[in-house]
Amino acid sequence: MKLGSTYQAWRNLRAKPLQTALSLALLAFGVGMVSLMLLTEKQVNDAFERNIKDIDLVLGAKGSPLQLILANVYHIDAPTGNILLSEAQKVVRHPYIESGIPLAYGDNHEGYRIVGTEHSYAEHYGVEVAQGKLWEAPFEATVGSKVAQALELTLGDTFYSAHGLTDQTDIHKDKVFTVVGILEPSQSVVDQLILTPMQSIWDVHLKEGEVGDPSAREITAMLLKKRNPLAVLTIPNTLRESNMQVALPAIEVNRMTQQFGLGTAALRAIAMLIMALSFASIFISVLDNIRSRRHELALMRTMGGTPRTLYLLLLQEGGLLSLVGTGMGLLLSRMGLWTLSNLVEQQFHYELAEMALLPSEWMLAAAAIGVGLLASAVPARGSLRLDISQTLRES
Amino acid sequence: MNVVLVVRSYVQWHIPPAYLRNMVNIQGVKFQYGTNGAAMAFPDFQCEPGGRMLLLGSSGTGKTTLLHLLCGMLRPTSGEVHVAGKHVASASDRDLDVWRGQSLGIVFQQAHFVHSLTVEENLALPHQLTHGHVPTDLPGRMDSMLERLDIAHRSHAFPHELSVGEQQRASIARALLHRPQVVFADEPTSALDDANAHAVMDLLDREAADAALVVVTHDQRIRDRYPNCVTLHRPAP
Repeated sequence: MKLGSTYQAWRNLRAKPLQTALSLALLAFGVGMVSLMLLTEKQVNDAFERNIKDIDLVLGAKGSPLQLILANVYHIDAPTGNILLSEAQKVVRHPYIESGIPLAYGDNHEGYRIVGTEHSYAEHYGVEVAQGKLWEAPFEATVGSKVAQALELTLGDTFYSAHGLTDQTDIHKDKVFTVVGILEPSQSVVDQLILTPMQSIWDVHLKEGEVGDPSAREITAMLLKKRNPLAVLTIPNTLRESNMQVALPAIEVNRMTQQFGLGTAALRAIAMLIMALSFASIFISVLDNIRSRRHELALMRTMGGTPRTLYLLLLQEGGLLSLVGTGMGLLLSRMGLWTLSNLVEQQFHYELAEMALLPSEWMLAAAAIGVGLLASAVPARGSLRLDISQTLRES
Repeated sequence: MNVVLVVRSYVQWHIPPAYLRNMVNIQGVKFQYGTNGAAMAFPDFQCEPGGRMLLLGSSGTGKTTLLHLLCGMLRPTSGEVHVAGKHVASASDRDLDVWRGQSLGIVFQQAHFVHSLTVEENLALPHQLTHGHVPTDLPGRMDSMLERLDIAHRSHAFPHELSVGEQQRASIARALLHRPQVVFADEPTSALDDANAHAVMDLLDREAADAALVVVTHDQRIRDRYPNCVTLHRPAP
C-alpha cells in the first residue's frame, strides 16, 4: 500500500475538487498567458529577423514604408506599386550599394505568391534544391517546401497563375507554369513562395503575339545590400524626385513591434494579475486547510506524525498545485499557439509551431512553482504551532 | 556477605524499577491550565503489562486532561508520568510524537479520521507516519482484524460513509493494528446503547489482549468490568 506524503497531498487536493480546480485554473491561465506571449513574441521576432537577413534597404514604389517592407520582405501585405527596372538598376549601380535582388510579382496560385526573381534570391536565404532544379526559362517554377506540401505539387506538374495576390477569379489560362524544382524547407519566407524568372511575370500579362518593351519593364521591389553605411542617408536623397523610395526593414519592424508593445504590456499585466490571484488562492486554500482540517492534523500528531510531517504535507499540497497548474499552463499555451499558428498559417502562410520550452519559460515555471511553494509555506507554519490537546478537546 | 552483595546487584541490574515494570505509572501528578485555571491533583496509580484499568469520573473531574497527560499531549506542572517506558514529562516533543505512534493506541470519544483517505488507508496511516512506509504484512493483518470487527466490507469506504458504530470500530482497529503496548480509550461507550457498549468493551478486551488497557469513562454500565478502578474527583474550588 502506497501512502507517502505526496499521495496524501494529492488525496487531500482531490477531496476539495472545487477549491483545487479554482487554484489550478487561475494558475494555468496566468502561466498559460505569459508563456503564450513569450512563445509568440519569440517566434514572431525570429521570423522577422530570419527574413530580414542582410537586407539593408528595400527599394520600391512610394507609399507606406512599413507596407513596402511587409509586402516585399515578408510577403504579408500588398505591394505599394511598381517601379521601372531600369530606374531600380541605376540605384543598384550606386557606389554605396553592393548588390540588389529584383522582385516582380502580382499573381498567385491558390493563394501562394508567384515571384519573378533571380537565383540570387534563393541563394540569399541559403535555400537548397530538394528535387529538380532552380528555374531557368520563362514559365519554369521552383516552389517552396510549404507550397509543394500544401498544394501537393511534384516535378512536372503544371498550373495557371491567377491575377492578384489571393484571388482565384482572373486566371491566365493561356500561360502554363511547369514545376521544375522543389526547395528544401528553410524556415524563411521562400518556403511559401513560387519562384520563376521575371520574364514569366512580364510575359503572363502580354496578349497573344504581343512583344513587351524592354525599357518599360517593371518590377515590384529591389532588395538592396549596402556597401557603405552612408547609403542609408544618401540613397533617399537621390530618390526625392522619382516615384521610388527606400525603406529600412530593421527600423520599420522595430517601429511595428513597439506599437504592438503597448498591447503586449497590457496583456502581460493581466496575466501577472491572474497569476497573483492564483497564488492568493493557494495561500487561502492552505490557510483554510489548517483551520478546517485541524482535527485531522492533531489526530496525525497522536499517530506518530511530527510537526515537520504536517508542515511538509501542507507544503506539498501547495507545491503540487503549483506544479500541476504550471504544467497545465504550459500545455495550454501550446494549445493556444497551435490554434494561433493555424490562423496565421491560413492567412499569411506563416507557421508559429515551435513547441519546445524556451529558456524564459523554464524561468517562468521555476518562478511560478517557487512562489506557489512560498504561498503555501507561509500559512503552513500554522501547523507547527498546533496545540493537539486543545484541538482534540474542541470536538 | 558475598551472597547478599550478589543478590543486591542482581536486583539492581536485572529487576527494573516499578515505573519501568509497569506500563502506566503516575505519581503525584498535578496540572493547571494557564496561571488562573483550577489546580488539579490526580491520584497515583499503576497498570501492569496486559493489565486493565478504569479511570472513572463525572464530567469536570479532569478525565480527558489526565488522558492527555498520559499521552504526552500535556505536561504535568509537577509529578511523574511514566508510560510504556517513557518519562513523559521530560521527553522532547518530537520524541513524544514518534513514541505515541509506536507505543500507544488511542481510541477517542469521537472517532476522528483523515477524511480524504479510505478506511484502510486511515488504518495504515500510523505505520506510514511512524516508519515512513506501510509494512508488507499489514494489509493481511488489517483484513483479518476488520473481519473480526465485522467492517471488512467497509475497508474501501470513506470515513464519512460509515455509521457511528462502524466509525467507532474502525477507530478501535486503527488504535490496535500496530500492536501498541498501551491502549487508551476515552469514553468508548458513551454514544452506544447497552448491547453495543458491552460489545465494544468485549472487542477492546479481546483485541488488546497483550496491551495494557486504560479506559477513561463516566459510563456506570462498565464500572464493574475491571477490578482496577481509580475514581477522579472534582478539584477543590
